[in-house]
Amino acid sequence: MSCEVSLPEVKKVAIFGGTHGNEMSGVTLVNLWLKNRAEIRRSGVEVQPFITNPRAVEKCTRYIDTDLNRAFTPENLSKQEADDHPYEIKRALEINQTFGPKGSSDAYDVIFDLHNTTSNMGCTLILESSQDHFNLQMVHYIKQAVAPMTCSVLVNEHPFLQYSTSRSVAKHPIGLEVGPQPQGVLRSNIFQSMRLILRHALDFIELFNGGMVFPPCMVDVHQVTERVDYPRDTNGNITAMVHPNLQDCDWEPLNPGDPMFLTFDGRTVEYKGGNTVYPTFINEAAYYEKQQAFVITKRGTLTAGQIKVTKM
Amino acid sequence: MDTVRLPSVTRVAICGGTHGNELSGVYLVRELQKRERETQQEAEPVSVVTVLSNPRAVQQCRRYTEMDLNRCFTSAILSKQLEVGALYEMERAQELNKILGPRGSATAMDLVCDLHNTTANMGLCLIAYSDDNWISLHVLKYLQREIQSVPVRLVDLGMTRSEAYSLESLGKHGLSIEVGPQPHGVLRADIFSAMQDGVRSMLDWIRRFNSGTFFQGGEVDVYTMVRSVDYPRDPETGSITAIIHPQLQDRDFCVLRPGDPMFLSFTGETQLFEGEEPLYPIFVNECAYYEKGIALWLTRLRKVQIPPVQVQAD
Repeated sequence: MSCEVSLPEVKKVAIFGGTHGNEMSGVTLVNLWLKNRAEIRRSGVEVQPFITNPRAVEKCTRYIDTDLNRAFTPENLSKQEADDHPYEIKRALEINQTFGPKGSSDAYDVIFDLHNTTSNMGCTLILESSQDHFNLQMVHYIKQAVAPMTCSVLVNEHPFLQYSTSRSVAKHPIGLEVGPQPQGVLRSNIFQSMRLILRHALDFIELFNGGMVFPPCMVDVHQVTERVDYPRDTNGNITAMVHPNLQDCDWEPLNPGDPMFLTFDGRTVEYKGGNTVYPTFINEAAYYEKQQAFVITKRGTLTAGQIKVTKM
Repeated sequence: MDTVRLPSVTRVAICGGTHGNELSGVYLVRELQKRERETQQEAEPVSVVTVLSNPRAVQQCRRYTEMDLNRCFTSAILSKQLEVGALYEMERAQELNKILGPRGSATAMDLVCDLHNTTANMGLCLIAYSDDNWISLHVLKYLQREIQSVPVRLVDLGMTRSEAYSLESLGKHGLSIEVGPQPHGVLRADIFSAMQDGVRSMLDWIRRFNSGTFFQGGEVDVYTMVRSVDYPRDPETGSITAIIHPQLQDRDFCVLRPGDPMFLSFTGETQLFEGEEPLYPIFVNECAYYEKGIALWLTRLRKVQIPPVQVQAD
């Protein structure tokens, strides 16, 4: 069902880097732009680069006390400020003040949150809602603009697997996830890809604010359905590795019976689901502690209604 | 060349987790320890002990907790009188020296083999302190013959024993096995398999050597460390201003000639290699070396003649 959506001008945009302190593309880009904003300047909109977790960036570690990108829960955001909060909870409260409050009309319009992954995901845009027509139009624009480079779209609306990200304080949150890149490493090709995506994203916002009408469109997406952990022993130690046939095959079909894990003594563990699925976040370093070897997605197509700016 | 007779290599230590987030070694040592518990040990011409070098760092999946353990094996630190509250890794280094050494004594392990991963595209790389340890060079020759799944090479640190700082220097013979590319904190099946093959083949060679097998001499390629190169940095803040150039990224062990691209600045300028001779880059964009001011190491390639070897008769 097609529809026409009139939206207000996008006035306040933020670019978050260092939500995980060892994901270097975002840290480097934001630091670059804090020194010189020329590249991210667009008429009619304020674009604020921001390092969300400076202590983790300084130590080149994912987080200090707790994962900042899981900290923006309603429970945490309603806490009173206190010195004995874990560092990232304090940060979440500060960020919510500056760029939110989450859910209010004062919140930033758009926040791009820059991440890297050790998984072979290429360029991926992560959405938290399948109903956000503005975001869907933006990712559609970006995908067309960067072609022939591919840009996948991951939608995580799963009731248990979705989580409260730093960008979620904004009205339109977008995650940029580019890999593969080891934590703590800056690779030129990965860096340039992320820079390119942001350039087109900001162009989209400028075009939108300028009155361009974006007609209805279809966006191919992957929707998160399940999380798969490593096989573990009774002590919680992993007993198998991602199978070589699955390693690096993010977004490729995994069929029932296909190899999934390889135990240390050489035995293959097969995928026993009923349908072909599309795994991603395969062997992401940070997810070992979150009991996740990879995430299962199903393919779908979302329709974005026509969007047009209404100037006040 | 005449055959060189060497004492048997009877006591071998395999160490993993010297850096707690280099997971192939951590898991390989765990698997070897599991197998030791489960299988009957037959009388063999080699006895193998396994060590998890930095348990605290392994537990936290970090390179180290207070100081890089693999820089703690200097004479100064090993002989230092440590006080209460000393750095964890210094204490651990002294402990390991007691277990595997003492370095330089008759009771030291015959061979200490230390397992590492790198984010650089180095395949399977043996690292030795010098280019005239015939055991290391014969192991190189044997591994190159046995292992086809990854390239196998040897890097010589070009250092004397007295300058030694790393774990494998505790043994009478010392060898590091470095396998990459693998992100730290990640366990890849293909990289694990390469390391497993490397350790297996090395122990295989040692068993044969100890049993009296005569190993032909020959010629091997050795890469000797020349110097490291840091990232271009902002003179005021010290932060890096350029990244490894896309034409150099992942090209470890591929010749780098004067005038070849080396770095790409954030503003798009290419910086060229300004050396005087072609050299071979390694550890290109190794994550752990950012804090040590190293973007890559440059090495010189030489052909080394190795003599035939055979174990000394008792």
